Amino acid sequence: MATPLHPIDQLGAWHRIRPLELLPWVLAVGYYFLPNSNLPLGTEILTWALFTLSLDLVLGYTGIVSLGHAAFFGIGAYAAGLVARWLGWTEPITALIFAGAVSGVAGVISGLIVLRTHGLTLLMLTMAVAVMLKELANKLGWLTGGADGLQGIVIDPIFGQFRFDMFGRTTYWYALAVLFLAWIVARRIVHSPFGRSLVGIRENATRMSAIGSPVMLRMVTVYAISAAMAGVAGALLAQTTRYVTVNVLSLEYSGDVLIMLVLGGMGRLYGAFAGSAVFLVLRDELSKLSPYYWSFGIGLLLVATVLFARGGLLGIVDTLWDRIKRWRA
Amino acid sequence: MPSALIGILFDGIAYAMILYIISVGLSVTMGLMGFANLAHGAFAMAGGYLLVTLMAALGLPFLASLPIVFVVVALGSIVFERLLYVRLYRAGELDQVLFTIGLIFMAIAATTFIYGPLPQAVRLPAYLMGQVDLGFRSFPTYRSFLIVIGAVLILALWLGLERTRLGAQVRAAVDNRRMAESLGINVGRLFTTTFALGSGLAGLGGALGADILAPTPSYPLEHIVYFLIVVSVGGLGSIRGPFVAALLLGVMDTAGKYYVPDFGAFFIYVAMMGLLLWRPHGLFGRA
Repeated sequence: MATPLHPIDQLGAWHRIRPLELLPWVLAVGYYFLPNSNLPLGTEILTWALFTLSLDLVLGYTGIVSLGHAAFFGIGAYAAGLVARWLGWTEPITALIFAGAVSGVAGVISGLIVLRTHGLTLLMLTMAVAVMLKELANKLGWLTGGADGLQGIVIDPIFGQFRFDMFGRTTYWYALAVLFLAWIVARRIVHSPFGRSLVGIRENATRMSAIGSPVMLRMVTVYAISAAMAGVAGALLAQTTRYVTVNVLSLEYSGDVLIMLVLGGMGRLYGAFAGSAVFLVLRDELSKLSPYYWSFGIGLLLVATVLFARGGLLGIVDTLWDRIKRWRA
Repeated sequence: MPSALIGILFDGIAYAMILYIISVGLSVTMGLMGFANLAHGAFAMAGGYLLVTLMAALGLPFLASLPIVFVVVALGSIVFERLLYVRLYRAGELDQVLFTIGLIFMAIAATTFIYGPLPQAVRLPAYLMGQVDLGFRSFPTYRSFLIVIGAVLILALWLGLERTRLGAQVRAAVDNRRMAESLGINVGRLFTTTFALGSGLAGLGGALGADILAPTPSYPLEHIVYFLIVVSVGGLGSIRGPFVAALLLGVMDTAGKYYVPDFGAFFIYVAMMGLLLWRPHGLFGRA
């Protein structure tokens, strides 16, 4: 049996990228070159993977259950959409950063307010923030386009070079690059001492504050980081589809992102990728057959995941892998 | 008092009765077992659809259908409780939330499949249409009927909780589950009974209020926020708290739609956030 590593060496070991961790990127790049690839769907998956990754930091690593994460996705989408539509801020990358910053600030403010509570109250408050913003966006129709959505968003070529073409080639690479950068950030966070303290809070918040960890500060910090990341995902949606509806703030979106994360597997970064890909491909396929199939299928899948596969898809893969190793040994 | 204000109060109270009858079971479920049952609204929806079916397909009168709805939804909920919910009593709230969201999706799909996507209209009997004259003013008969029925049900519920053996057991188990179990109360069976009663009431509320909240497949998702507001603002495990919360919500919502139609729901969410931050366990909840 191998001797256990010193904690610092363990963190260092996690930091080094293992070959298997490159698999999602190889697949994403490979998908682009497939002859019959559906690039708009691919871009949608990349965008939702980023949104799901942001929820993983809060829910998977820190254990904060939120029923309103779409609040930050929506703030980012509207921030990027509104500045492009009304202020002529059509440069995509700075607008993306701006949207992330706005969502991050919103995360700090709402985090300071809602993270004081637990259980049902926390669920209700996170949900209330999102439905409240949705109501506001709906009623400020002169600004946001209301129920019809915000149209007429113009986006400049990236670096002044790459125009957003109608086949979605540029948007695919753009979304992939943003997701890759966010993945590096998220990876650094969860494998840092700060990330370990988040896991400590998830496992036992009382004990963490007993050993001197500033629990509330840590939670608000990760909530804000996650909010910023969700905001970037929302901005990505606004820029790649050049359209924002009030749905970006809806309970359905908050639920969808939660389902994607749980389906893929929480607290393991890559669950976000697997979950969003499986969810969106299934929805695309099943909705073609009939809308009931999709709704019933996802409900059944969710119930089955909770009852039989608590680790999600990647949890199943882990279990199978362990069995194969034991069987060989 | 100006006439518009009386009208708002009246409509608001009628709405509150429906909200309360539907949500009270959820409050007890959450208080007794700590089970976050987001799918509670599906039982209310089932009540509404069952009423429509009984009246349209079997030609039963409105009043005779109501007790049948209560009994059928209550018995049906026992199946769900024994087969599915029971597996998750010891799970965390995230699992319970996800599981019940899954049930909501399946309920929506099943309902759309059977009844189609459009809202169903309930044909109210002639004696519930029109106005009833109370001397100084006349009121809509259907809403007056809701208030009277609601008041009778609430009275029965409170008396039942205070005066019967079952009620005493429920109060004991909500207060201190372990102590109640040590005294020989079978909390598991008690829970099944209250779950069935609560779901039956939700079904009855869904049927009674079918003219205000029309049965549609998205019902459990559309109205869940309001049911949860009633429960969380009222306080978990409380019977009286949700009534106060339902009254506040019903009257505020009706007034909001009348005076500030553009921002009605917005102010309700603001008020709820303020209330929950001031009292995280609700108006009548205990820490």
